[in-house]
Amino acid sequence: MSDMSSILPWLLPPPVDFRQQIKVLAKEDAIDSSALRRLAATAMSIDQLGQMSKAITAIGPRLTGLTPMTLALVGSHTLDYVTQALVATGLRHGLLLSLVKADYGLVAQSVLDPQSPIAAAKADAVLLSLDPLMLGLAIPQLDPGAAETAVDGAIAQVTMLAAGIREQIGAIAVMQTLPEPADSLFGGYDTRVAGSPRAMIAAFNRRLVEEVVRGGDLLIDVAFAAASFGLDRWHDPRAWHSAKIALSLDAMPLYADHVCRVLGAAKGKARKCLVLDLDNTVWGGVIGDDGLEGIRIGQGNATGEAHLAVQALALNLRQRGIVLAVCSKNEESNALLPFREHKDMLLREEHVAAFVANWTDKAANLRHIAEMLNIGTDALVFLDDNPAERAIIRQELPEVAVPEIGDDPALYPGMLTRAGYFEALSFGAEDAQRATFYQDNAHRKTAAASATNLDEYLTSLDMVLEARPFNAQGRSRIAQLINKSNQFNLTTRRYGENEVAALENEPKVFTLQVRLADRFGDNGMISVIIFRKGSDSWEADTWLMSCRVLGRRVEQAVLAIVAKAALEEGVQYLVGRYIPSAKNALVQDHYAKLGFTKMETGKDGATTWKLLLAAYEAPVLPIAIN
Amino acid sequence: MTREEVIGKLVPVMEDVFDIDDLDYAETLTAGDIPEWDSLSHVRLMVAVERAFAIRFTSSEIEDFKVLGDLVTAIAVKAAG
Repeated sequence: MSDMSSILPWLLPPPVDFRQQIKVLAKEDAIDSSALRRLAATAMSIDQLGQMSKAITAIGPRLTGLTPMTLALVGSHTLDYVTQALVATGLRHGLLLSLVKADYGLVAQSVLDPQSPIAAAKADAVLLSLDPLMLGLAIPQLDPGAAETAVDGAIAQVTMLAAGIREQIGAIAVMQTLPEPADSLFGGYDTRVAGSPRAMIAAFNRRLVEEVVRGGDLLIDVAFAAASFGLDRWHDPRAWHSAKIALSLDAMPLYADHVCRVLGAAKGKARKCLVLDLDNTVWGGVIGDDGLEGIRIGQGNATGEAHLAVQALALNLRQRGIVLAVCSKNEESNALLPFREHKDMLLREEHVAAFVANWTDKAANLRHIAEMLNIGTDALVFLDDNPAERAIIRQELPEVAVPEIGDDPALYPGMLTRAGYFEALSFGAEDAQRATFYQDNAHRKTAAASATNLDEYLTSLDMVLEARPFNAQGRSRIAQLINKSNQFNLTTRRYGENEVAALENEPKVFTLQVRLADRFGDNGMISVIIFRKGSDSWEADTWLMSCRVLGRRVEQAVLAIVAKAALEEGVQYLVGRYIPSAKNALVQDHYAKLGFTKMETGKDGATTWKLLLAAYEAPVLPIAIN
Repeated sequence: MTREEVIGKLVPVMEDVFDIDDLDYAETLTAGDIPEWDSLSHVRLMVAVERAFAIRFTSSEIEDFKVLGDLVTAIAVKAAG
């Protein structure tokens, strides 16, 4: 598809026999999860969302490779279609959602009463789906002061409900901005009358973000989704009048995708790296055939400017922490030429963390790129103008995100950003620097090649490690690491910001946030540790590390710090646990390598380990501990 | 469009909306005859019919459909005009 007017244009259209395919898949004894996921990755219509959700509900527990999540829906309108749409769309984002729906209209009762069915469901998150009518923002408030009173009241309601979700239910509060209305009262003057529904909704949205949503909550920017879809298409007064459905059925797939992106990001599923094809993606033409003078890039013609916009977007993404890579079928010397010598190129070699140009198939190259960057292939987004290459990657590496981008480079940036692969939950200094971290890593790899042995190399890095207990400054990055780290993560336990905050002052736990700097730069926070204190032993609840610093002996330094603290409190031994997941085989021998003794292997493959502190001797390390 | 043409196109739409196979068309069929046909899926059916036939119904027309034959009549008129 080549324009933005279709629904979810970055996805492949569903097959014509979608319904039959689902039926066949759902009937089989051995459920083919990846086949079902491939169907969910198409642009499902409202009817198909219903069919998919029915199948998932029937076979749910037998689906593999998904992250389960219980989501409660609390709202002031009909949520049946939202429920189906979310279950089906969740599959597209790697989530197995079980939904609990509050009875129609029971908003406050559901989240303020700890005995409510919603509280009993022990949901991970509660989505508050409110509308302007319920919040008192749909009716014009033209008396002096009335508008402010109305918005105050709406904000007070949401504040109370969010507090109920956090405190009574103990779940993540998921809030939504309100879409602007499609119609106006004063026309263009609406925006200048505080009491017009449009102005009140705008004020509500602003204050929601500033005053209500806090770290640990999630926000779905429905106003943005509705605006990009088009307000006239988003709202459907007939659906509202006949069944109190808050948005048009056509908009439902996009709404559900926006919700699931954010939920997915909360479960560590946001993508980390944009992999760019070169010919006819980053520039117009084929460098190998057309040469430096012949490719189209830069000002002066529409095609050249369109490709320049692709480059500008890539750079903007890099600035917010998305790592850039190149994967091109080219001679490397040809592929590098524009980066080095074309004066109009915005992208330069130094912006690209992994540059792969050869004639090997792209699936193998994408695996190689992921390895070089120490990330999973499921963290990659692959932008390529060639439909055949896209099809191969979808077939070989279904976990890679591959947007359909049409055949007009002017639309590539819009397609990529609308797909929402890089959803963020927070943005801080660490994010802005992340792309640089990966660059530094590439330099470290070069340094490793020149050192003759590993110890010499590690010593040459002049590493300085800083370990501190959890605190408010580190909170959002700690939560980010806890929810994103998959490979070097011994237990894969996820905690939201609220839970992390609670640990800051909890005397029964020992926590560490660990940062590492070296002569190539600051790696930022790279490890998070939580030990639960018993009388004679401390047990590792969470031990995770960023794979950026793998093989640097950081885990040994961390153990030395924990052991020292434990000894000071008279503890006899440390207990470690490894819980296998689909992604953490990397650390199955973590405790063995650190000198722990295996005590027990559970049925699920989980292992328990013990380290007698009296027998522990801290090793000499090439890391200064600060 | 003739009634036959409308019915031929409408039946697969209804099967997709209600996720049922082998719907037997009858002029007198009502929502009560199909368990999947409730007030909510009715909204979805109307949207799907409008899309399939490139027509629009008014709210009152939607409320006035008593039997399936009424819907076919309305489609035949609108799709012709």
